[in-house]
Amino acid sequence: MSTVPSLIDIKGIRDGLLVKLGDSAWPTLQVALIDAIDERRSFFTGARLALDVGGQVLHVAELVTLREMLSERGIFLWAVLSSSSATEQTAQNLGLATRISKPRPSQVQHAPDAVMDAIALWLPRTLRSGTLVEFPGHVTVMGDVNPGAEIVASGSIVVWGRLRGVVHAGAQGDLNAVVCALELTPTQLRIASEIAVSPKRKGKVQPEIARLKDGILVAEPWQV
Amino acid sequence: MTAKVLTIASGKGGVGKTTAVANIGVALAARGHKVICVDSDIGLRNLDVVMGLENRIVYDLVDVVEGRCRLRQAMIRDKRVPELYLIPAAQTRDKSAVSPSDMIHLCNELRPECDWVLIDSPAGIERGFHNAIAGADKIIVMTNPEMSAVRDADRVIGLVEAEEKGTPVLVINRLNSAMVKRGEMISVEDVLDLLAIKLLGIVPEDENVLVASNKGVPLALDGKSKAGLAFQNIARRLLGEEVPFLDLESQGLWQRLLGRK
Repeated sequence: MSTVPSLIDIKGIRDGLLVKLGDSAWPTLQVALIDAIDERRSFFTGARLALDVGGQVLHVAELVTLREMLSERGIFLWAVLSSSSATEQTAQNLGLATRISKPRPSQVQHAPDAVMDAIALWLPRTLRSGTLVEFPGHVTVMGDVNPGAEIVASGSIVVWGRLRGVVHAGAQGDLNAVVCALELTPTQLRIASEIAVSPKRKGKVQPEIARLKDGILVAEPWQV
Repeated sequence: MTAKVLTIASGKGGVGKTTAVANIGVALAARGHKVICVDSDIGLRNLDVVMGLENRIVYDLVDVVEGRCRLRQAMIRDKRVPELYLIPAAQTRDKSAVSPSDMIHLCNELRPECDWVLIDSPAGIERGFHNAIAGADKIIVMTNPEMSAVRDADRVIGLVEAEEKGTPVLVINRLNSAMVKRGEMISVEDVLDLLAIKLLGIVPEDENVLVASNKGVPLALDGKSKAGLAFQNIARRLLGEEVPFLDLESQGLWQRLLGRK
């Protein structure tokens, strides 16, 4: 890879190519990447590309432009890895993966008891079908979680709205994690390694909280 | 003139995007607006057939993008209404023949030419869909009162919002009020409950739609059928008029009681 500038590190992985970007301003990196690709067109054409952008904070417009530039060159961008949660969020919104094959080391290190109360993700919007939110802490959604949307959190999940998608609280094994929602009717609900589906129910909808009691998933009225 | 560019998308196929583009186009043109319909479903073009203009195609969208003809040459005029044009898709190519930036460029070229540009999006959420929404000012999401179509519409709304194209508006097509009353079809309220976006129109199920599309004569041309009237109402709402939803469209209490499974 001697022809490739040092800003860009390319290696083959099981799912295609992984390109790691160095530390520099985004426009510089983008130009360097496209130059590197144009230099070796035949090598890249038809490739599935995962991009590790480090701590770069990227906006929708930047990722859309890049994806388009790549697709014009016959390259399919399928994942963007980043240590910035803003960038991860943007990538997820655009339907890009933010993990390749197995969880990144930084994610695995979170022991169950390492979920601190201080870490929470605030999502003041409705999560529509196809949205995947993965977070190493608590997640609060102010809006609905529609069928086809998925939340995976190491901590607890609070939905101020209708929860109808799939949620997994305590994903790293935290048995004390809870899930609560104004309308708790998930497609599937998981806490730690327990899985449950919503029972068909009638009557008035009320806020509920789901938790593990003696290893069994139970849902009860949410009263604070 | 500065046209407003509207794209009709759905995710799921067969919900009536092409029919809607043809009919809304006709209805807007009948009200004296200059309308250009663009079929972006390259490789599976249909809009020309539904509009009855298939035998007049000489140049298509890909010819324009690749510079084989001028924009005006690819615009086929529909002679039944004052100013309605179609830019057909290419049938012998595929979605990769056009890129999102080509579509943005095309839309910018079309804007000074007319009042409305209506883009018919292909089904799916891949390249063709991204092409279709790239140059749009507003997206109309179309769905049927059917769970799978509604789920796909939800996904499409999410993708449109993620691309910072604003929140789309919704058209519900093929509503059968008798079935809703019997509790055999999900209701307008159920659809809105999940999608939570502004409703632009409700089109009732109508056999005349199929007849008209086979004949290549858009329904909204005569406006006698219920579906034709619904499309005319959609056009009027796009023009800023306050038009109440058709009578059959509001069932109120019964939907709430019986609509849900």
